[in-house]
Amino acid sequence: MTERRARRSPYPTWFFLPAAVVYGALFIVPTLASFWFSLTRWNLFEAEFIGLGNFRQFFREPFLVQGVVNTLIYGTLTSGLKTVLGLALAVLLTGRIWFRGTLRTLVFFPVLVSTIGVGFAFEAMMHPTRGVINVALEGIGIDGPHWLTNPSLALVSVALVDVWKGVGLATVIFMAGLVSIPQDYYEAARIDGATRWQQFRRVTVPLVRPATITVVTLSLISGLRYFELIWAMTGGGPGFSSDVIASVIYKQYQAGFYGLATAGNVILFGLIACIVLPLTWWFNRREVEL
Amino acid sequence: MTRPIPSAALAAALMALAGGAWAQEVELIYLVDNSPDTVAVAEALAAAYMEQHPEVSIEVEQRPGGAEGDNLIKTRLATGEMADVFLYNAGSLFQALNPTETLEPLDDLPNMAGVLDGFKEVVTGTDGRVYGVPARAAMGGGIFYNVPIYEELGLEVPTTWEQFAANNEAIKAAGYVPVAQTYGETWTSQLFVLADYFNVQAEVPDFADRYTANEAKYADTPAAMRGFEHLQEGFEKGWWNEDFGAATFDDGLRMVAEGEAAHYPMLTFGLGGIQQNYPESINDVGFFAQPGPEGAPNGLTVWYLDGIYVPKGGENTEVAKDFANFAASQDACQVILDTIGATGPLLIEGCELPADVPRLVQDMLPYFEEGRTAPALEFLSPIKGPALEQITVEVGSGIRSAAEAAALYDQDVQKQAQQLGLEGW
Repeated sequence: MTERRARRSPYPTWFFLPAAVVYGALFIVPTLASFWFSLTRWNLFEAEFIGLGNFRQFFREPFLVQGVVNTLIYGTLTSGLKTVLGLALAVLLTGRIWFRGTLRTLVFFPVLVSTIGVGFAFEAMMHPTRGVINVALEGIGIDGPHWLTNPSLALVSVALVDVWKGVGLATVIFMAGLVSIPQDYYEAARIDGATRWQQFRRVTVPLVRPATITVVTLSLISGLRYFELIWAMTGGGPGFSSDVIASVIYKQYQAGFYGLATAGNVILFGLIACIVLPLTWWFNRREVEL
Repeated sequence: MTRPIPSAALAAALMALAGGAWAQEVELIYLVDNSPDTVAVAEALAAAYMEQHPEVSIEVEQRPGGAEGDNLIKTRLATGEMADVFLYNAGSLFQALNPTETLEPLDDLPNMAGVLDGFKEVVTGTDGRVYGVPARAAMGGGIFYNVPIYEELGLEVPTTWEQFAANNEAIKAAGYVPVAQTYGETWTSQLFVLADYFNVQAEVPDFADRYTANEAKYADTPAAMRGFEHLQEGFEKGWWNEDFGAATFDDGLRMVAEGEAAHYPMLTFGLGGIQQNYPESINDVGFFAQPGPEGAPNGLTVWYLDGIYVPKGGENTEVAKDFANFAASQDACQVILDTIGATGPLLIEGCELPADVPRLVQDMLPYFEEGRTAPALEFLSPIKGPALEQITVEVGSGIRSAAEAAALYDQDVQKQAQQLGLEGW
């Protein structure tokens, strides 16, 4: 009896009710409703049940295959770069350097700026003939590429801007991870004659793993469902060359294909779950093994 | 009151007698797209109306154009958040709003009798009632050209595509940009396809009906595919400006007005932008219909511009309808002429164009006077695929061939037809 009471939460169950109502009304109900509407041809006024027709249509969408490929490229590219650059910056910014506070602020600052604002600013800067980047390149004799209007470059250009904007957050997470590593390990490593690189490779990287997992997971999820920056900078173009799943879905909403767009969202939900769930499971298993 | 117009005054008096509802101050929101001339006209119309009705204040709210605007309009209508009165396309986009369920019928407005039938047809719902009044003059889709370049090189206005292509080579050799393209605003990429419809229907007269009935396709109708082929040809022959992928609509107008480029395929409403931003070049810009194949008739594809609509279930429906009625009056017509000048034939009976119209409008009038016009496909069929502007960007940027693009567009069209619930899809 006493044992059971000890395990119970000190708060009564109805304390959870407000949160449950909000979560239910704003998340669970719309999610379940979206599963239903994804099976209908829906114009916001009436919904006609058409079975799996929307899913068939969505997978037949010729731009969709490219959208899926682009989503994966975008997700891995931004997530990878944010992790590598974030860790490098965090090591730098936790070390003994001049202007450490100022530099930390500078790295984090882009995170605070509006994504759409960043998108429009870079769109202007990346203009092929009048943009500041290509004008500067021309000044040193380089014929700058058409950043956003060259179909094979557009997606990469947006991804680079995304990394510039998002790396600050990864850096902060890594910094928190780095300062929690006890100095004793480094001291022991130095006594054993480890070089700076060996210290980084053998001490820092393994012990900062929890932060790495957080950064990879968060940036991968956000990369896979990313939308705002792509939409602001290229609108998925030129043509469909920088379309990702989220922008394909958005365009279906725009065209008034509400059922089809909802089906797209269900597919995106499934895709993210399929990638992120095994990934976190794998990460966590490795952590236990360590 | 600027000028006494019996019918409008009478209507206003009747409304004033009948309308206990608007004895107090009424605030109307008028939602329009954000192109400079639309906003200028909307502000002027609102001011003229408020002068006649001091108890009403009208606020002009702006929205983006293109697909973004379509989304906004549909969402706001569906959620009951629409402004009291709004401006939106006629034709297929109007049909996609589900007008019989979302809009107030306007056929009982006193001034509706003076609206030209050609316009009424493109704002009529499936129930046969009229839901909009014209917001502006009709416009043509074709090619703007820079008159000084044509004079300098001794070129003639082309009536066949072969002549047009030959002109472009001469222009390129002289160091000018033959054709301005502005894919920074994707909708501008559709002109070669959409403005070719006069030529399509000249060759295949029943295309619109068979297309709507799922019997004719772009990919298997050579006349319909030609618009896509023109884009491919232009890219392959290097007719475009260097920054075509990023240039904007206003860049296009600037290039053709100031003589950087010789041609800009565009709708004649671009005239308003030239008047506002490059007024000194206004008579340097001429206009011709998109040339067709050798030996075919030469004529102009016509767009009936936006209508003004009143949503169902608004708080100020009666006042909004009275404003719509005002917009269909000759008074309003005069306000439009005073604000942006004559941009094309007006759609309200008895509203005459002044004698000194800009060159571009003069070039457009003969097509109307000689009956060499056809409505654009989007006014003859409710189906217009939403991805056309991305597909035409692809063809014009050399990413996709004309034949593949036409086939892809046919698939896009199919989705729209199914969503509209049309027979035979």
